Amino acid sequence: MARELPYIAAIGEAVHQEMARDDTVLYFGQNLGLTDEDPYVKAFGNDRVRVTPISETAEIGMAVGTAFAGYRPVVQLYMAEFMLVAMDQVVNEAPRFYGMTGGQVKVPLVLQAGYGFTAGWAGQHTGTIYGMFMGVPGLKVVVPSTPADAKGLMTAAIRDDNPVILFHNYLLTLEHGDVPEGEHVVPIGEAAVVREGSDATLVGIGWTVGKALAAAEQLAGEGVSAEVIDVRSLAPLDTATILQSVEKTGRLVVVDQATRHASAAAIIAAEVASEGFASLKAPVDLVTALDATIPYSEPMEQYLLPDETKIVAAVQQVLGATVAA
Amino acid sequence: MSENGLSNERLVWMFTQMARIREFEERVKNTFEEHPGVIRGHTHLADGAEASIVGSLAALRPDDQLTATYRCHGYPIALGSDTKALMAEIYGRETGICKGYGGSMHLTDVERGFLGTSGIVGQGIPHAAGVAWAAQIRGKGQVVLSFFGDGASKQGAFHETLNIASLWKLPIVFVMENNNYQAYTKVEQEDANAAVGEPLAVKAKAFSMPGVTVDGGDPVAVYETVLPAVERARAGEGPTLVESQVFRLSAHGNIIAPPGVPLHYPEHEAIAIFGNVEEYEAAKRGDPVPRFRARLVSDGVLSAEEAEAIAESAKQEIQEAVEFGLESALPAPERAVDYVYA
Repeated sequence: MARELPYIAAIGEAVHQEMARDDTVLYFGQNLGLTDEDPYVKAFGNDRVRVTPISETAEIGMAVGTAFAGYRPVVQLYMAEFMLVAMDQVVNEAPRFYGMTGGQVKVPLVLQAGYGFTAGWAGQHTGTIYGMFMGVPGLKVVVPSTPADAKGLMTAAIRDDNPVILFHNYLLTLEHGDVPEGEHVVPIGEAAVVREGSDATLVGIGWTVGKALAAAEQLAGEGVSAEVIDVRSLAPLDTATILQSVEKTGRLVVVDQATRHASAAAIIAAEVASEGFASLKAPVDLVTALDATIPYSEPMEQYLLPDETKIVAAVQQVLGATVAA
Repeated sequence: MSENGLSNERLVWMFTQMARIREFEERVKNTFEEHPGVIRGHTHLADGAEASIVGSLAALRPDDQLTATYRCHGYPIALGSDTKALMAEIYGRETGICKGYGGSMHLTDVERGFLGTSGIVGQGIPHAAGVAWAAQIRGKGQVVLSFFGDGASKQGAFHETLNIASLWKLPIVFVMENNNYQAYTKVEQEDANAAVGEPLAVKAKAFSMPGVTVDGGDPVAVYETVLPAVERARAGEGPTLVESQVFRLSAHGNIIAPPGVPLHYPEHEAIAIFGNVEEYEAAKRGDPVPRFRARLVSDGVLSAEEAEAIAESAKQEIQEAVEFGLESALPAPERAVDYVYA
């Protein structure tokens, strides 16, 4: 049975259900488990739910240690940028041990990191930084765009034997959607075709999936049939689903909230150019944030970001363009 | 010499482990000359730190756990890891303890509680605290030792972790092996406490935990210092910072050079950088391994012949480890991608 839940509550439900199912799951961060009335503390106790100091290196490093010892820690980081002060632990510790020890040590942990809060948070709390992590071998990166996927991917992340970063989009925090009750797992590494179409493929990531869907709806009114893919996982990246779609449509627009040169879109475009060139009838187009620090003031902030108008224009352009003979 | 609660058998065990570690490290070092090209990258030796390592580990229960740094050869030797597998790892062989994926800096033996070695200064400290949190939850009285150097105490990871460990009363003992050199610089060039002549153990004060300094060249003194800290941790009273003063007898590591340049061990920094031959010679005179051997013999714990037999046995064991490493096959290239995801 599904019922409506906000995106952020769906993530919380996954954590709660997994903690109930598996007593090795730990949950900690800087702003949770503050009192004995906290629902996680009430259910699971202070051993497994702990508020931490503002010490990301220690939080993430200790998550690695608890994982060494057989636990499955979930670190609530709130803002994705807070990982940057602990970059060694995220990039050069957690994902390295399985390989360095020849498989002796597994590091199952989840970093829950909010990103893309382009709602007046200015330069340092608005970043879409998953591109920095998706190329780190051993690290998995998931970016849910719906409440149901948020629950399903968080569940899969907690059960995964590898370090996983779950990037949740702050702009989607209160978006409602149907979420299955009980156990709900969305496999990591599988993209979803969320709208079928035949003229062009639109790939969205997290927040931009909704934008791509809205653009596809508008394009449908103009007689253009756009297929929309939600990548859901950036690492491993399901290039097969994207290539299959491009084989059908021959045209690709990738929509990403990240700045262009740090975007996942650039990697997806490169994969399609490399592996799917024969299918392409037009150059791949990217609709990303512009390469600039996100400004505080709203008109400037919005100017930098992808929106429906830019996506529609990009699709119209790839429909009009052809690969030079 | 049961003065310390250490039986003669235990004292002999200590000396045996020290002799094995020393022999292993000397053979690693000699490999650069005897078998050029066999060891790649960067290797860091524990010669000089044997007493500190063995005295610390002697305070543990079999189910206790530890993490260490890239200077990691000594711990698994004392814990009973197969020296053949350790040497083969340093030689990059498929028979290595990490199958050739880790090398000298990342020796790991989960079966023996040696859970992982980060090669990045200070970053293993929070790992140890995480293991200790797990031990606290499990509630079986396990204790974790976190080994690191004086240089690591300048990292944020050290300060963040000691704060949480004290706050949460984690069952952990932080063993800082202060060898007076942070790679190439002297500790007083880098450390505010050292610069004014204070022991580095005073850092514990900032985290409201006990801080003690011990002669890391004396395994019994180290044991007597670490044991109460371990017992305190086991009793749920929280962590201790132990500063163990050691002098590493080799340079920080072999030379750093691009492929094609034969690797070797340079002179110790005391001589190579600071021109202080006497500092190094004094350290050699205080070498913990012969010092402890002489003490056991003079105390009647061991006869001179028995001591020699232990040293000889260590030589034989490590000779076999070298041969095993050299004879073992290199891994198949395509195995490079075997351990990307668990």
